[in-house]
Amino acid sequence: MHELSITQSIVDVISKKSQEGQVSRITQVNLVIGELSGFVPDCIKFYFDFLSKDTIAEGAVLNFQLIPARLRCRDCSTIFSPQGRDWTCPECHSLSLEIIGGRELYIESMEVE
Amino acid sequence: MSKIKIVQNILEANDAIAGQNRRLLDKYKVFSINIMSSPGAGKTSLILQTLARLKDKLKAAIIEGDVASTIDAEKVKDHATAVVQINTRNMPESCSLIANMIDSALKNLPLEEIDLLLIENVGNLICPSEFALGEHKRVVISSLPEGDDKPIKYPMIFEGADAVIINKLDLLPYVDFDIPAFRRAVKGLNPRVEFFEISCKTGKGIETWCSWLLNEIKANSQKLI
Repeated sequence: MHELSITQSIVDVISKKSQEGQVSRITQVNLVIGELSGFVPDCIKFYFDFLSKDTIAEGAVLNFQLIPARLRCRDCSTIFSPQGRDWTCPECHSLSLEIIGGRELYIESMEVE
Repeated sequence: MSKIKIVQNILEANDAIAGQNRRLLDKYKVFSINIMSSPGAGKTSLILQTLARLKDKLKAAIIEGDVASTIDAEKVKDHATAVVQINTRNMPESCSLIANMIDSALKNLPLEEIDLLLIENVGNLICPSEFALGEHKRVVISSLPEGDDKPIKYPMIFEGADAVIINKLDLLPYVDFDIPAFRRAVKGLNPRVEFFEISCKTGKGIETWCSWLLNEIKANSQKLI
């Protein structure tokens, strides 16, 4: 049930945005989701079909741009994308790592008619 | 067909309500902590121990978040000024408290009478890390029987914590939990975190935790003057 409330937010944001112009229907929604955000695209799709029913967004296709985790080593400044759960710097093996990417969770744009 | 640029964070609606909650708490000088852990790590026990130590020093209220039942609210109700139970089973978010649940709960709490609000989140190490509630500090409890690999499996909740409490220290002779390795993994993600090693069963370490909490409450109220 983790994705229900954020999917409702997506429907709310795009419905509101569509009122700003001459929009008869939303056809596509482009979402950017980081690997670390913990939200599952298939779940968002599932809820979206349900929550967008009878709204201007009904039938819209959701496109997901998935952003991998990016870490920066605090000891040697190497930037890398970890493989799975092995969060160790590939250069100096440090565990002191700053998360610099992969938390994204935003609506990038939508296509309308 | 045309494209409309949006670029809006999907959690913005939650974060806005969390901001309102925080302003309301600050207005009444109520310090709040969001207590997160997996089920059974000791959130309710920590609350009971904290209330027992601090009962002569301050007045506290509790928000209990659970998927179902009022078991935890029953346990704490005689030890706090007020308790609100939130059952998330029929809500849009069942695996975590979210800011608008706290907004509703705050309306049912005597904010002018209390100094501290302890929010017990739903037992879960994933979803609660995403949703700000308006709390001043985020506290994560890990207990020894869970194993020392939790920061590796669930990095985000540890990365966002202000304090990490290692509970059930009394079980150390019986379980393979490498405390230094656990601390290194958390510290790697989150260098500014505070650690506490406690046992709610024996009371070990509770004093140190409560002193930290009192200092944080004091520092916050001085900031608000």
